[in-house]
Amino acid sequence: MDTSEHTTDVIIVGAGPVGLFAVFELGLLDMKTHLVDILDYPGGQCAELYPEKPIYDIPAIPVCTGQELTDKLMEQIRPFSPTFHLGQMAEALEKTPDGAWRLTTDNGTVITAPVLVIAAGGGSFVPKKPPLKGLDAYEGTSVFYSVRRMEAFRDRRVLVAGGGDSALDWTIALQPLATSLDLVHRRDDFRAAPASVNAMRELVGSGAMSLHVAQLRGLKGADGKLEAVTVSGGDGEYDIPCDTLLAFYGLTMKLGPVANFGISLERNLIPVDTEKFETDVPGIFAIGDINSYPGKLKLILSGFHEAALMSQQAFRYVYPDRRLRFQYTTSSSALHEKLGV
Amino acid sequence: MKIIVTDRDGEVSELRGIAGWQLMELIRDEGLPILAECGGCCACATCHVYVDEEWLDKLEAKNEEEIDMLDLAFEVQDNSRLSCQITMTERLDGLRVTLAPE
Repeated sequence: MDTSEHTTDVIIVGAGPVGLFAVFELGLLDMKTHLVDILDYPGGQCAELYPEKPIYDIPAIPVCTGQELTDKLMEQIRPFSPTFHLGQMAEALEKTPDGAWRLTTDNGTVITAPVLVIAAGGGSFVPKKPPLKGLDAYEGTSVFYSVRRMEAFRDRRVLVAGGGDSALDWTIALQPLATSLDLVHRRDDFRAAPASVNAMRELVGSGAMSLHVAQLRGLKGADGKLEAVTVSGGDGEYDIPCDTLLAFYGLTMKLGPVANFGISLERNLIPVDTEKFETDVPGIFAIGDINSYPGKLKLILSGFHEAALMSQQAFRYVYPDRRLRFQYTTSSSALHEKLGV
Repeated sequence: MKIIVTDRDGEVSELRGIAGWQLMELIRDEGLPILAECGGCCACATCHVYVDEEWLDKLEAKNEEEIDMLDLAFEVQDNSRLSCQITMTERLDGLRVTLAPE
């Protein structure tokens, strides 16, 4: 547990393209930022869903991939040295006696700031759960979607489900520790690194593990203790005895704890005004795909615009006694200094 | 042109088809419960549908990317498709699909 405490000017929930650009706009106005993101890397959907896919509608950039856009934004905000809290979910929000926002993450990190910006896109990326009856009852005891500590799987009968790199990597890593290891994938082809696929096939060839070309159908067990997973494949339906299921079917987006922050929501989106992109709670803003207002378009470029306007109002909260000086990066020597150019 | 969509509760909707549109876009714009998280770029498998058998051979075949991405879907069948990868044409007038579980 990272139980560190931080104080800053603006907390940004979500390190996707819009959250990253907000660092820039806030930075030009002398505001320091801390970002929280559930992914282990910045970029949000651009990095997680389509890092290799082309984007054609970023002004003045005829084409770039999701990862390239992320990399460019990281380069652009470097002068402002934002602090990233990655692999953590913004979990709870409270107001301090002096009116600041105190955000706690699921990792125990605490950040306090006068302004909170929610740039959480479609919500937190969380593992896709197989639609199996009674699944919830086994989560945390027998069913897992990630491996935090390999030792936890020693001497267990592990069933890994999925056909990508996570499934293959953990199959290979856990096989020596586990009592038994079964891999279940819907076809005999894998979209994982060829070396991993070959290593897995060697383990199957030597009898160290089993590969089932099948799909998950059900769970058997009681009181959170898994006894078998029912699968169906070319050989019909059958049970694979195991006490642990590790499912790797990628990620999906869920709004998560932001829903409990005390802000009004409409159909899982956060209504904002179009002058400041502020929510119905003063000092809390929402920008990018997660907000809604008449005419809203879920475009990265709209989020960039929203970040710029939000920053104007954020300045008034962070520096209530200062006059906001509007300047252009082309001509302002003060801004040049901030940018280190 | 019309499309018949059965949702996960068995409710049947008749949608207007538009040539050149992705099937996913038509289902989404109708307000039916389809996530389509990646917005139609074949990167997430959350627009998974089952195509009625009689229509299967009228569709363009799945490309490798779609087959790979279906690995992230559940309860995949031989008639599974990602609806963002089906472009509507007059040939598909009357297409019947069912939303797959999420």
